[in-house]
Amino acid sequence: MSVKLSTRQVGDVTVVDVAGRITLGEGSSALRDALRDMVGKSQKKILLNLGDVSYIDSSGIGELVSGFTTVTNSGGQLKLLNLNKRVKDLLQITKLYTVFDVHEDEAGAIRSF
Amino acid sequence: MIPHRPFLTLVSLVKYSDGSLWPCFLAVLRMRENMHHVPETVERYLDSTLDSVDSAEELALGLAQRVGFDDDDLMKIGMAVRESMVNAVVHGNRYNANKKVRFSVAYDAERLTLRVADEGESFDFENVPDPLAPENLLRTSGRGIFLIRSFMDEFEMRHLDKGGTELTLVKHLVSK
Repeated sequence: MSVKLSTRQVGDVTVVDVAGRITLGEGSSALRDALRDMVGKSQKKILLNLGDVSYIDSSGIGELVSGFTTVTNSGGQLKLLNLNKRVKDLLQITKLYTVFDVHEDEAGAIRSF
Repeated sequence: MIPHRPFLTLVSLVKYSDGSLWPCFLAVLRMRENMHHVPETVERYLDSTLDSVDSAEELALGLAQRVGFDDDDLMKIGMAVRESMVNAVVHGNRYNANKKVRFSVAYDAERLTLRVADEGESFDFENVPDPLAPENLLRTSGRGIFLIRSFMDEFEMRHLDKGGTELTLVKHLVSK
C-alpha cells in the first residue's frame, strides 16, 4: 500500500492523517505536494498524524524534514502526532526526534499551537 | 551451494568402498559440516527501477526468515536492503535501463550476507557528510548509508574495478 493522505480542519489547525508507506517515489512526493499546497494556501498550523504509517525510509524522513523547513520558513508550524515505535526509533537514531515537536494526544497537540 | 549432490557422494562411497561402513559414516559427518558452514547463495541481476527495490527486499526477507531472524531484525534487514538498492538504482545507475544491479544473498545458520553492486559512477563514499552533525540535521538527504550502518552488524563499501560500487551488508543471527 502506498501513502494515503486525508486532511481535516480542527479550529485553525489542519490535521493531515497519513496512512501507508512514506518511501521514495509516490509516497514521499505525495506528502511533499500536500505540504506545499497547504503552505501555498497560507495554512500556518499543520499537524501530521502518522499513526497509520507502516513504514518510512530515508527518503520519507527527508520529506518530513523538507516539510518542516518549508512550513517553518513560511512562518508556520508543523508538528507530528502518534508516531509508532518504528518511526519514533528512526527519528531518534537520526537525531530528529528533538527537532520536531512530537505529540501523542491529538487534543493536546491542537492546544499546543 | 549446499549440499554438493550429497546423495551421489554417499552412493559412490558405498559402491567403491571395501564394504566397511566407516567411510560412509565419515562422509555423513562431512556433509553435516558442509551444510553448517558453506553458505547458500542466491544472486539476481535486477533492472534499475524502484520495483527492483521491492523485489530485493522480498527476496532478502524470505531468506532471512528461513535463517530464523526475528521481527525486529527482519525490519532492520529490510530497511538496509531498501536503502542499499535505492542507492544503487537512483544514485549509482541513475535509473539507466542499460545498467543492472547485482543483488546477492548468502546465508548459513549463523549469518546473512547481502551484496548490492551497481554499474554507475563510483561515488566518493569516504566523504559522505555526517547526517548527525548539527549543521546537517535538516538536510533532506544523505541518511541512507548511515541507516544501513546502524541496522547491520558489518558494512563495507568498495569501488569495483570495472566501475560502480559494491555494498556488503552482514547480519549475524544471535540468540536473544
